[in-house]
Amino acid sequence: MLREEILTTIEKNSRVDVHELAVRLGSTEEMIADEMARMEEEGVICGYHTMIDWEKTSMEKVTALIEVRVTLQRGQGFDNIAERIYMYPEVKSVYLISGGYDLLVTLEGRSIKEVSTFVSDKLSTMENVLSTATHFILKKYKDHGTIMAKKAEDERQMITP
Amino acid sequence: MRNPLSEKVVTIKPSGIRRFFDIASEMKDAISLGVGEPDFDTPWHIRDEGIYSLEKGRTFYTSNAGLKELKVEIARYLKRRIGVEYDHNHEIMVTVGGSEGIDIALRAMIDPGDEVLIPQPSYVSYEPCAILTGAKPVIIELKAENEFRLTAQELRDAVTEKSKVLVLPFPNNPTGAIMERKDLEEIAKVIEEKDLFVISDEIYSELSYKGDHVSITQIPGMRERTVLINGFSKAYAMTGWRLGYACAPEVILKQMLKIHQFAIMCAPTTSQYAAVEALRNGDEDVARMRDAYNQRRRFLMDAFKNMGLECFEPYGAFYVFPCIREFGMTSEEFAMAFLEEEKVAVVPGTAFGDSGEGFLRISYAYSIENLKVAIKRLEKFITKLRNR
Repeated sequence: MLREEILTTIEKNSRVDVHELAVRLGSTEEMIADEMARMEEEGVICGYHTMIDWEKTSMEKVTALIEVRVTLQRGQGFDNIAERIYMYPEVKSVYLISGGYDLLVTLEGRSIKEVSTFVSDKLSTMENVLSTATHFILKKYKDHGTIMAKKAEDERQMITP
Repeated sequence: MRNPLSEKVVTIKPSGIRRFFDIASEMKDAISLGVGEPDFDTPWHIRDEGIYSLEKGRTFYTSNAGLKELKVEIARYLKRRIGVEYDHNHEIMVTVGGSEGIDIALRAMIDPGDEVLIPQPSYVSYEPCAILTGAKPVIIELKAENEFRLTAQELRDAVTEKSKVLVLPFPNNPTGAIMERKDLEEIAKVIEEKDLFVISDEIYSELSYKGDHVSITQIPGMRERTVLINGFSKAYAMTGWRLGYACAPEVILKQMLKIHQFAIMCAPTTSQYAAVEALRNGDEDVARMRDAYNQRRRFLMDAFKNMGLECFEPYGAFYVFPCIREFGMTSEEFAMAFLEEEKVAVVPGTAFGDSGEGFLRISYAYSIENLKVAIKRLEKFITKLRNR
């Protein structure tokens, strides 16, 4: 129970410190710290990342979603091919997907050309890969449960009964 | 020309909040802890259902008592949450917010000269609504040492032969006080003995942080003498939809419905369709918002403790009610100075009755980030006061 409460709270804001968590969840700092250490060890908490809207920076970034269809060898699951793909640092995520294709790969690059080159040179040429379909992301409306558009100001009246 | 006005209306004092509101809203870049409504938007699936009903052209009146499917869902909800059964055909009606329910319940039960017992501090509309019916409002001053709960003794002391209706406003705005089962059982004895009726305003019932809310209708013998008022504003963050409901024994509800029929016709149709969705699929939203409020509540209590500001721990609604007597100022002086010097608007306790003197209503219907900023200013302000 405490575990889930910690997770739902820090999922939205990983910077809430142990003291504040203890206050907000009606627990103690020791219990929170212990539970978080345990979750880090167990791999429940895999990292504390920052949500960045790179579009608002001077950094050029292009993100693509790539559908990958693969063929499997006898005695071989998806894990091998997935690993060969996810080991590339420019690959941000790899999911095994049900439906018309097998893997969904998120790729980040500095330009469309860079991403295309990766797909044509690295991804498509892997022997288990049957085909790929690349979709460039034009605009992010919502990411990780966060709406990218600026939130409207508080429009409530200042004082209401 | 003759005086166009009713004497009764003119004698009603305007809400104490009004004047303060005018000053606060004039002040540039002031921040507020003064609202009495959720900071969450209505959950999208509920809004979507409202939009869909408009697209479908459901822009007609509903029957006076409300959409049948909504009344059925209200009955199911009450069974599920408090285990009390109401017949959707004869004992439930949909109103324009909880406020309308309070008004018409009083009008249906009161004759001029009857006394209405009103515990204060409490929501601003009970007293004027009672006066408009010709009743004599009898104020019961709740006390901080009882955590602003209504005790059987206080009730007993206020009852006369003319007492007819007790307004029971828990979880309470502005104090955040709740009544637990044992508290309700105690006052139920007096209610029964003195043959009183109850208007139980449970609009904040879903915002209870010490176990599930207990309704007075759950206490044996009380359902028969109670008008239960609830609604969608607080639990589902639907204030602007103006939708509530009243549940009562048929003999009372029938007369309430008559007033509603002539004065209102029916509650907004779009809101009623949205509310059906809220009751069918909104339990998780309610729990999510309750958890968020609870975190903020604990956060504020901790902050008060750290700055040595006296405050009983409230377990309901989204208000805390700290005591500011140590500063030797009235609630209004304190609130005014805090607004002028630190640009934070809070509501003086006296806006909710004389017994709110010495207290402030602070709302936590704001994000933790906003609360942090405001609390920092409060701390700065009281440090200044203590060093004066």
